[in-house]
Amino acid sequence: MVAEDDERIPAAAARPSAFPATRLSVCEAVRSGDPAVRRVGWDALVEAYWKPVCRYVRLRWRADGEEAADLTQGFFARALEKEFFESFDPQRARFRTFLRVCLDGFVANVRQSAARLKRGGGAAPVALEPETAGAPLADGDLDACFHREWVRALFDAAIGDLRARCESEGKRQHFELFRKRDLEAAESDAPPSYDELARDSGLPVTQVTNLLAWARRALREAVLARLRALCASEQEFRDEARALLGFTPP
Amino acid sequence: MSESTPISDRVLAHLREVADAPDLSGTRYDWIEPLGRGGMSTVWRARDRALDRDVALKVLAAPAAAGVAERLVAEAKILARLDHPGIVPVHDVGVLPDGRVFYVMKRVHGRRLDELVRAGANEAERLRILVRVGEAVAFAHAQGVVHCDLKPSNVMVGAFGEVLVLDWGVAKGLASTTSGGGAPMRVGTPGFMAPEQERGDSDAIDAQSDVYSLGALLRALLGERPARPLAAIAAKAMQPEKAARYADVPALLEDLARYQAGEAVRALPEGPGMKLLRLYRQHRVAVWLVAAYLVARAAFIVWGRPGREGG
Repeated sequence: MVAEDDERIPAAAARPSAFPATRLSVCEAVRSGDPAVRRVGWDALVEAYWKPVCRYVRLRWRADGEEAADLTQGFFARALEKEFFESFDPQRARFRTFLRVCLDGFVANVRQSAARLKRGGGAAPVALEPETAGAPLADGDLDACFHREWVRALFDAAIGDLRARCESEGKRQHFELFRKRDLEAAESDAPPSYDELARDSGLPVTQVTNLLAWARRALREAVLARLRALCASEQEFRDEARALLGFTPP
Repeated sequence: MSESTPISDRVLAHLREVADAPDLSGTRYDWIEPLGRGGMSTVWRARDRALDRDVALKVLAAPAAAGVAERLVAEAKILARLDHPGIVPVHDVGVLPDGRVFYVMKRVHGRRLDELVRAGANEAERLRILVRVGEAVAFAHAQGVVHCDLKPSNVMVGAFGEVLVLDWGVAKGLASTTSGGGAPMRVGTPGFMAPEQERGDSDAIDAQSDVYSLGALLRALLGERPARPLAAIAAKAMQPEKAARYADVPALLEDLARYQAGEAVRALPEGPGMKLLRLYRQHRVAVWLVAAYLVARAAFIVWGRPGREGG
């Protein structure tokens, strides 16, 4: 696993409950003519993709934590400045793939410019048009790497949503059991049984399983809510949900 | 786990599993763990709280279309009639809050046929299992039900050699026009499903579709160098045109019984040479005993007469 350097995550990316602030998908929102909607879309987009972008840059471009954070920040800043997500066409590719290709192009250009400066050349303009993005779309490994980090970020964020929901609804015990059984114990080769959890928490086993079932349902709802907002179309949402969770949501 | 620490691959895999877990609220079941995942469904070990027993709960991957649930219940009633020692029937059927259909089956223990074959079961054992499968399927046909998804992984062999046919979830009532209770759709497994299933031609799916699948199952069990009569039986069962297949499962089983008894099979017309060869194979020991006797007798006549030596 990659060590994380999240100190510079912008406020939008660190705000767990602000995510599905609009019924529009993120892709639609960032292309909206309404500045307020566009702003919400950007916040959601940065929140969803900051961590995967940062980790992908570290893995794919072998950047250390500091450089990866710089490149991530630079990428989103340039994307916002150039508004190039507006040219995204859902008919041609998934948004995630489009973003990844743009990111590769951005990092390649930054590295190229840095190398040119080292050789004594002047500063060259950095292109960030999707057409000039460097890595080929067909590269399955790159896509798989980015996808893996994207899924990780999605579940990370959904856990944050679950925690926030449990706190707001007075269901701290639900989250505590979920944390013990599904987050901490999942790392262990001998996770505690339901009986042990029941003993530790002073609850009947049936209540432990009920509370856990609720927490897992709520996690699924959070994942699906975030997924729905990130997908450009209903079909993409259903396909992604099937791939992620093994079933097609209604 | 702190907020800034990303979840590990292991935790992520676990979370994806539990998030996929069926929402069984409102039912009498609690899921325990996944038993297996396929392209169309996941099977979970679940607890039936009402009867305090473990069951196998199969959840289809896609939500049911409008009106399908009622037909599924009707199909489940048909399946519940299948009271046969070789059939693991559906106990219950329902629709989850997220629209997915689930089936509840008896949880069985044993080894799947594909695992058994890999472990090196001999031909006689494989044929015995296939015959038991055929008998169970023939019984279902007599009750008006076609399995539609016969394959090695849907056959379980218990510790005492009992053979169980699993997964009647996509079975089709012979009187109905739909499979699995839904709109006409492609059900079955490539390599084992009949051409009419491949086409999604629900009207054409009947008992002979299972004959085809049994042929495919036989072929899968035979290995690379099958006996000619067995290969012929499998080929006849797997004819693309239904008219060229066995008329029904009993006809297929009869041919298998002929092979097991050393008789000629209907799927392979034999000439005099083949007949002699078959008879030789069938009575190999007797043939050699008679031959040895004749040779000894001849030797005795030629060299063994008393008084001949003295001239």
